[in-house]
Amino acid sequence: MNINFTMIAQAIAFAILIWFTVKFIWPPLLNAIEKRQKEIADGLAAAQEGKLSLEVAAKKNAETLNEVKQKGAEIVSQAEKRASEIVEQAKKVAKDEGDRIIASAKSEIDQEINRAKEELRGQISTLAIQGAEKILDKEIDKTVHADMLTKLAKDL
Amino acid sequence: MENSSELTPSGYIGHHLSNNELHLDFLGEGPFMTLHLDSFVMAVILGIFSMGLIWLVARKASAGIPTKTQAFVELIFGFIDNQVGNIFHGNRHSFIAPAALTVFIWVLMMNAMDFLPIDVMAKFYGMLGLYEWKAVPTSDVNTTFGLALGVWFLMIYFGIKVKGMGGWLHEIFCAPFGASVWVWPANFLFNLIEYVSKPLSHSLRLFGNMYAGEVIFLLLGLWAATGVSGIIFGSILGAGWAIFHILIVVLQAYIFMMLTVVYLSMAHEGH
Repeated sequence: MNINFTMIAQAIAFAILIWFTVKFIWPPLLNAIEKRQKEIADGLAAAQEGKLSLEVAAKKNAETLNEVKQKGAEIVSQAEKRASEIVEQAKKVAKDEGDRIIASAKSEIDQEINRAKEELRGQISTLAIQGAEKILDKEIDKTVHADMLTKLAKDL
Repeated sequence: MENSSELTPSGYIGHHLSNNELHLDFLGEGPFMTLHLDSFVMAVILGIFSMGLIWLVARKASAGIPTKTQAFVELIFGFIDNQVGNIFHGNRHSFIAPAALTVFIWVLMMNAMDFLPIDVMAKFYGMLGLYEWKAVPTSDVNTTFGLALGVWFLMIYFGIKVKGMGGWLHEIFCAPFGASVWVWPANFLFNLIEYVSKPLSHSLRLFGNMYAGEVIFLLLGLWAATGVSGIIFGSILGAGWAIFHILIVVLQAYIFMMLTVVYLSMAHEGH
């Protein structure tokens, strides 16, 4: 156990080993670890951001859904209103048409009645003359009694 | 040598605690120009092995999902980074944290050599033709002193680099007692003691622990050679000491690393 050149040799070996570690071992390990740390931190930040944006999107979604629902309800009520309007209008149109048809039918009936009356009048005068002829058992001069007959027919 | 020494207890211990020496005659004469081949070769092999394994992982480190191996290396990385970050508040990534990683892993690996059963390994080294081979580099005071010396030079380097040569000299003469000329010698003496005691305590703490651990293994091995009861007690106590030694090995590597970081961060801060 004596101090000798071994000490210097070991010190040199020590220096070389330290140099090697400083140069070739520490930097790549440090780089890898720091890079991974940064990636993890970035990932966590991105996840947080994603979470936030998800929340915002969900909020927006709910808002949009509400709006749409409201709009839909509005449209439905409008449609209902419009439908009832259409029905009312249709009813009115139908009623008017019916009234018109009834009125025209009435006037036609009146016309028919008048015409029948005229016809009947003519026939009745003829019948009356024939009846009178039979009663008188002789021919009545039509020309002589024409005025009287016409007056009779008009009275009928 | 092994034939004569293995027969006596002191020979046994001496055999296991002596280093494989290589005399560097080309550098000059004298006892200093000797290299403990076992300490140096084991330290270099362990350093290349452990840091090489980490380098293989670090080279292909991906920022994505890490493999299990990478996760393990990152576990060590995170532990060191955390410890250094608690003590040193400058830019630790440029030097101090990687230096702490090197110290921790390397010292841990060198300490862990103590787990190898000494006599079995001695047989193995003998088969390789190595009759004196101390496998635990940190139980050689030269290794721990070499490491502490490296940290010591770094301490001075960072002290001068951060405070400037003037600031560093000012600190040596004007701290801790004040800037008055009359206390300059006291200040200088104080700092001198500090600068001497730091590497001494740094290295001798690690060396003492590992050396003592090895000696206790050797003593238990000696006891086991005395007979049946020796084998039983030697085995049980040897196992107990080995388990306790796991704690010491990791703890001493941790303490050595922490002291390195503390000394270097103290060099960055003014008194």
